[in-house]
Order: sequence, then C-alpha cells, then structure tokens
Amino acid sequence: MALSVKERPDSEPERIDLNDVRQEILDRYPTKVARKRAKQIVINRAGGGAEVPEIEANTRTIPGIITQRGCTYAGCKGVILGPTRDIVNITHGPVGCGFYSWLTRRNQTRASTPEDENYMTYCFSTDMQEEDIVFGGEKKLRAAVLEAYEIFRPKAISIFSTCPVGLIGDDVHTVAREMKEHLGINIFAFSCEGYKGVSQSAGHHIANNGIFTHVVGLDDTRKEGKYSINLLGEYNIGGDAFEIERILHRCGITVVSTFSGNSTYTQFSNAHTADLNTIMCHRSINYVAEMMETRYGIPWIKINFIGAGATAKTLRKIARYFEDPELADRVEEIIESEMPDVEKVRDEVRARCEGKSAMLFVGGSRAHHYQELFREIGMITVSAGYEFAHRDDYEGRNILPDIRVDADSRNIEELHVEPDPERYRPRKNPEELERLAREGFRFKDYDGMMSDMPARTLIIDDISQYETERLIEIFKPAIFCAAIKEKYAIQKKGIPMKQLHSYDSGGPYAGFRGAVNFYREIDRMVNTKIWSAIKAPWQKSPELSAGYAWNA
Amino acid sequence: MKSSRDSYVSTTNACKLCKPMGACLAFRGIEGAVPFLHGSQGCATYMRRYIISHFREPMDIASSSLGEKHAVYGGEANLILGLKNVLSKFSPRLIGVATTCLTETIGDDVPMILRKFHRESRIEHAGPDLPLLVSVSTPSYSGTHMEGFHAAIKAVTDQVCIALPGSAAQDRINLLPGFLSPADIRYLKEILVDFGIHAVVLPDISETLDGPALEDYEKIPSGGTPIQDIRSMGKACGTIQFGRTLGYEDTAGSRLHERFNVPLHALGMPVGLRETDRFFSLLEDISGLPTPRKHALERGRLIDAFVDAHKYLFGKRAVIYGEEDLVVGLTSFLAETGIRPVICASGGRSGRFREAVEQVTRDILAESPMVCDGVDFHEIAGEAEKLAPDLLVGHSKGYHLSSRWKIPLVRVGFPIHDRFGGQRTLHVGYRGTQSLLDGIVNAFIGSKQEDSPVGYGYM
Repeated sequence: MALSVKERPDSEPERIDLNDVRQEILDRYPTKVARKRAKQIVINRAGGGAEVPEIEANTRTIPGIITQRGCTYAGCKGVILGPTRDIVNITHGPVGCGFYSWLTRRNQTRASTPEDENYMTYCFSTDMQEEDIVFGGEKKLRAAVLEAYEIFRPKAISIFSTCPVGLIGDDVHTVAREMKEHLGINIFAFSCEGYKGVSQSAGHHIANNGIFTHVVGLDDTRKEGKYSINLLGEYNIGGDAFEIERILHRCGITVVSTFSGNSTYTQFSNAHTADLNTIMCHRSINYVAEMMETRYGIPWIKINFIGAGATAKTLRKIARYFEDPELADRVEEIIESEMPDVEKVRDEVRARCEGKSAMLFVGGSRAHHYQELFREIGMITVSAGYEFAHRDDYEGRNILPDIRVDADSRNIEELHVEPDPERYRPRKNPEELERLAREGFRFKDYDGMMSDMPARTLIIDDISQYETERLIEIFKPAIFCAAIKEKYAIQKKGIPMKQLHSYDSGGPYAGFRGAVNFYREIDRMVNTKIWSAIKAPWQKSPELSAGYAWNA
Repeated sequence: MKSSRDSYVSTTNACKLCKPMGACLAFRGIEGAVPFLHGSQGCATYMRRYIISHFREPMDIASSSLGEKHAVYGGEANLILGLKNVLSKFSPRLIGVATTCLTETIGDDVPMILRKFHRESRIEHAGPDLPLLVSVSTPSYSGTHMEGFHAAIKAVTDQVCIALPGSAAQDRINLLPGFLSPADIRYLKEILVDFGIHAVVLPDISETLDGPALEDYEKIPSGGTPIQDIRSMGKACGTIQFGRTLGYEDTAGSRLHERFNVPLHALGMPVGLRETDRFFSLLEDISGLPTPRKHALERGRLIDAFVDAHKYLFGKRAVIYGEEDLVVGLTSFLAETGIRPVICASGGRSGRFREAVEQVTRDILAESPMVCDGVDFHEIAGEAEKLAPDLLVGHSKGYHLSSRWKIPLVRVGFPIHDRFGGQRTLHVGYRGTQSLLDGIVNAFIGSKQEDSPVGYGYM
C-alpha cells in the first residue's frame, strides 16, 4: 500500500508503478467483477513500443457500480437529434425522459432569422399515464403528433421510444408512417428504448440509421461553393460549431450539413450532395458516413478541430483532399493569420501549466481529442478512458474485423445499404484514390486514442466511481475531466474538475479561438489558490488513503 | 379549475419531474443511505445529473442497469448483484430501492426480491452489518416527483418505524417537511432547537445535499435523519406534516397516527406570514413556551418589510408554478404582500390543489386566482397571456416565458439550473419569507430601472 503515499512531482508520472495501481484496484473487487474489469483496465504500450494493448469496451456495466453511462434514449434523442432546431422531437413515454433531455447538453443553435423555427427550447412528451401502459399508448401518440402539427406546422416530426413503449409493444413506426401519410410532412420514429444496448452508444447508432433512412437524400439542391463538406459528429456544445463554421467559411469551404450541431432538417436532407464527409466524433457518427459512402459515393476522413494544431492539420487535410492549390494557399493564409493570437496566449499559459498532469474520462472521442489541447500547454495526460466508446476508438479501426459482436450489439440493426441508382456519384475515381493513398492520404482513418497517448499510461474503459476516487488519490492529477455527475465528488477531494460534455457553462473550445478559451480556462482552474485551502487527506495524513479498502 | 384534460393530450414543456427522482431525493436525506433505482441505468444517470446540477453536490444513485434480456426475463439477478456491489462499496446503513417504469411494467416483485436477498445475505454474512432495505413503488407513469418523494417517506416510516415499549416522549416530535431546500431544513432545525423541541426531521437533506468542502471525502455524506431516530418515530408526542395538498389519509404522518397513535398536525408549507404564524403557534402549543425573541423579532421585521415593500408590489399580477404545496405556500405569501396571484399552476394533480389555494386566499383576495393542475408550460402560457402578468415565481423552467414576456422570474424551488445557490434558497418561516420578499421587490425595482430611460440610481 505504499504507492499511494509516494512523493511524486506532477512532471514524473512514470514513477508510479502502473501494474501496482492496476492490481490494487482489481484486488478490491469481488472475483467475478475483477475478472471483467481486468480486461477494461490496461496499461498503454507497456513495453514502450508502438503496439497498443487490447481493451474490452462496449460491454455491459456492472449493476450497483456508479457508472458515468447513460441510456440508448439519451444517445438517440439527447445527443444526435437534440441539437437540430427545426424537427419537433416527441418523447413517447412517461414525463421524466423528455424532461431530463430538455436542452441539458447546452447545444447551441443559430436560426438565420428570428422567424425561423427553433424547437430546441421545447420539450414534447406524450407523458404516458397508467392507462396508456395498460391499454397501449398509440392513440395518445397519434394525438400528440397531430397536436404538434396543428400548433407548429413543422417540416418534420420525430418520435423517440422510452423503456415502457417497447415493453407494451406500441408500434411507433406504424404510427409515424400513418401520420406521415395523413399530414403530408415527414414523420419518423426511433426504437431507442433505454434498456437497449449497453450505453448511449446504441442510441447513436439507432439515430444514425433513422436519419439516413428517413431524411438523407430527400433534397438534391446543391449548395454553392467549390469545396463542400459535411461536418459529422460535432454537436455545437458551447458554440463549438460556430467557431468551426467561422474558420471553414474564411477558408472558402462550404458546410452542407452538420450532424448535428447548429443543424436543420434541410441540411440533413441534402447532406448527400457534399463532396466529402469529415468526422469529428468517430464513435457517434461513423455509421452514417459509412452508409453515405456506399449509397452516394462520398468518401470520409477523420478530422479534429479540438486543439489549434489539430485544427490546422485538419484544414490542410481537407485542402489536400480537394487537390486545389488555391484552397491549399488559402488554408495556409488563414492558419497564418489565426495562429499569432493563439500562440500568444498558449505560451503565456504554458509557462504556468507545463508539466502538470491531466486525466480524461469522458465521452466517445472527447477523452482523446482534448489531450491535444492539454499537450499544447505542456500538460501530460497520465490516464484516460471513454464512457461509451468501442474498441476501435481505443485501438484504431484496423481491429474492426476482430471485434466480437455480442448479443447487445446484435440488438442494434445494421442497415444493408446499396448504391443509389440515381444519386451514386463517386467523388474520386479509383485511380485518384489509389494515388492519394500512395501519397500518404488516408481515408476512413482513425487510429484511436491509445496510439496517440504516451506509453505507460493507464487506460480505463467505463470507469467506475470507486476507480475514479482511487486514481485521484494515487496520481493527484492537476485536473480531472469528466462530466457533471463526477464534478462535485472529485472537487470534494480537492482536484479541479472540468466538464467536457457541457463545458461548465464555458466554450467554445473548438478551433483557434476555442483553443484560446480552453487554455485560459485550464490556467484558471489548475492555478487557482482555493484548492490549497481544502487539504486533501494525503497532504495531512497519508495513512488515511493507505487505509482505504474496498470492503471498508 | 383549468386542467390539462380539458385541452391538450400531449405535454409541451412539462411542469413536473418523474416519480423515482423524488424518491431518490427523499432517500438522500437519511443517514448512511444510498438511493438505488431498479431499472435501466439511464434513469439513474439522468436523475443524478439533474439533481447534481441544482445542488452542486455529489449525488450517487445506484442502478441495477437492466438490459433487453432482463426486460424479458426479469431483473432479479441484476438487482441482487447491484445490491451486493453497493453493500461492499458504500457500507450503507440503508438502501432505498425505487422502481422505474421499466420494472413496474414488467412486474418485478421488488419487496419479494429484497426479502429473499436479506434472508440469503444473513446466512452468508451472519452479522448485524446488513443495511435496512426499503422499497418503494415509483412508476413514472403515475404521479410526479412529489408523489415519489412522499411515497418514499411513507415507505421509510412503514418499513423502519417499530413499536417500542414505554409511553410517548413529551419533548419529541416528528417533522415531515416535504421537499424543501437544505437551507430551509437547517433553519427549521434551528427553530425547533430554539423552542427546546427534540425533532426527528425526515428527510433531512440539510447536510447531505449541501455539504462542506472536506479534507477527507465521504462516500456517503454525513448528515441525514439518523436511522435510530426513524425507528422510534412512533414514540413522538406529535407529527407535523407540511403540505395542504397531501391530505390526511395515507401519508407518512397519518400512518404514524394509525400505527402508533401519534397525533398528526397537518399544516401548509410555512411560507408567508399566516402559514408561518400557524407553524409557530403550534410550536408554542407543543413546547409550552412563547416564541423566542429572536423569531419574534424576525416576524416583526418581516411585517415592517411588508409595509416598506407595498408600494413596489401592490396590484402586480403574478403567475406561480411548480410543486403543488410550494405553490400554495407562495400564493398565500404573495397575496399577503399586495401582489395579485392570477394563476397558480402545477404539473401535479393531487385533487386538493384548488381547495388548498382557496383556503389560503379566501380571506385576503377579492378574486380567487385561476388554479390549473396537471398542466404544462404551454398551457400555463396560453392562460397567462390573457392575464398580462408582471411576475413569474417558480423554478428555472419558466425562464422562456420570462424572456418572451420580458417580465422578471424569481427563482424558487427545484430545479434551478440558471442561477447560483439553489440549494441555499430559503423559502419557509419568517426568515425565508423575508428573503423571498427582498428578492421579489428587487426583481421589480431592477426591471423598472432597466426599462427607464432616465437612468435613476435612486429608485
């Protein structure tokens, strides 16, 4: 038990033996739980080489362990469809689910005129009562759709199923089809009951399938612009999308659609007219990119606008794809004009943050992307993990063929997609693709979090609260990043905690100006004096943490 | 009375939360307790994030994390495994298991599963260490978070209180405050101490949902109603229960009366002068002591402030919304200040809301406010627009109306997600009323100042 009381400056995380830490955490669990967790707690590149270890991910959470994870409904309605402003989203179920997903993610939207529809501030629910559970809720759902239509006359209405809906067997899809015929607007439903899948990730997949099936491809209008892209997996938390749109606009790149920050129904319906799909959050949105490639011939690439360096790299990658020197020059010009402001703040903050350590346990891409921002101010990520990601998000897409499909994943439909007879248009011919590949340009590329992280760091999937507590006690990171649920428990232990889902009321953090915001925010958090007033147990009496035990 | 049944079938911008969330809040106010939701893990996650962002405090809710398989075959195995894990991690004194719409729909028999678990665990562990297991049925398709809250409190008294030998303790009462803020509970306890009354306050979230920064993190925060105290609630010489819409039947207070013959004093939530006077008069009766000078002074200052505030408030029209009992208390108070409550609205539907509002306004208002139960914000807006209100009083979810109508919203109750210090908002007693009054007057002065082209710094 000596490891938790070792003196360790922030800059030397390697002095803690990760094997000891891992073993100590596992030892506190009952055997069966320990066996499962052992596969989800791994040491990254333990030998120091390039090869990353295998990690278990996207498997069921152990009951009674306080998890960070949410449910399928949350992933479908809350995450993917929530940020679209002009679709009336009706939650079919009791009142709680709709209420809890009522704009709580701080997605922003910007309607072009004050008259433009914006239903994001609304929360629509069928508010099922006992009689609906007993006699079925379809009648009420039909009435709710009709009411929404009569009050708002929206372009589209979508329906989201909660737990009891699937159990009592309401046929939401038939209701949607009938009401669509009856009212003449697009109406579609999602079977995203909370109990499906192992986390919100299942809901992302269901949402992708639904949007692809019912909306993408409905409008062939081409937006003006030489370089047209879709921005996939960007949710405009705290205004991230606005900053990204600003930069792309300066570069002369047209954003046809965003899935789904600051998005509209119309954007989704002509997303298939774009010439490139760029993916921010690989976990939540890769499905729709894959399907669009097969049906419409749009290639996809992984990009990242979190971090100033990553933003520059992303812009260059997009320019490289379009193979137009004019765009390449423009991109260089923009990077050159944006970077001085970034560098000024970065260097100033770096002087105060260099060598401090961070931990990130959040999301399905954020725990990876934000390491970039920390790196830029000289901070080291000593441990990280995702809340709901899959193995490919850790180990890279090259392991995709090895992923075992379990019963939970089989529950989520894989759509069979074929090229659209009229709209399939390969954006690059095979020779072009081959040449680009030869030159080192990579399509459908995501190497995952682990290859991008330093060797000998601790990777934990679906971290539990007990593990969080233990990690903090052992590593004493300068900052811990997770979500609101973890925030106050971590701060009670004297460690600043940054929310990377809803940004602690801050943001944007994407792009160049976002990077500046983030540097300043982290500087504020890790260098504030208040933390010295809350003495953590090890600072005063180290034996306290050493005496900690699972069965205490 | 206006009711959602008269108009829309669907709910647009609900003015209520779900039943199991209320139960989790109530369990959080018991010493050493861990709330546990039997259902999909998303419920626990959603409710935690909601409660946590209001209180800005940790809030653990365990979950049995049921999946599709369990929805078909039943959730017993997961519930038992979940309980074991909570047991070993938290060493709780009590686990409060609330059901969700999932487990109510599939019909899991939670009391039976808990009995079985208890029996088997006793054999395995053989010791006094096993926590109490309390179960409550909280299908979210039946009632609001307040029904869940009160159901949990009733379940706790039903399942924890036991008959003890000896006669009732004359210096002891039970206080069932309902869902108030931690600051309210702290203040109520202070009042009781000042009267020399030993009270069991159930639940007591004064520390568990508003704790200090600590050197040594506690997995279950200190505070909460001690279980030993709950056990002996049958020995009290009276129970005070806040909430006019609760009724006298089938509440925790009425059950304590039926089972242990503890007299029940059902009061309204003590907001405003008259409801607080009723509370203090009762405390005088119970303690046999006059109201301590400290509180008499606070009452006096409040009256003084009512006079001072009158010019700012008289004739202003207010829309009050939220939990039924809180709305009744606020309505009673606002009517006293000269404000005209024009709409009293709630997503709840106890059936006693209208009567309660009338009870507290009939002596003081020429015209009764419109009372709407079972309504959402869309319906509230529809009615309120015709009445040109000047003020909204309620939780954060009324913000969009306040911004649309450009009138102030004074935030009270739960959830408050767009202001700081929701957990420290005082609502009850002379002190709470004073604080609400100051807030309301300042909201009016502030908006008048904003709207004035003159630029007054002297209002």
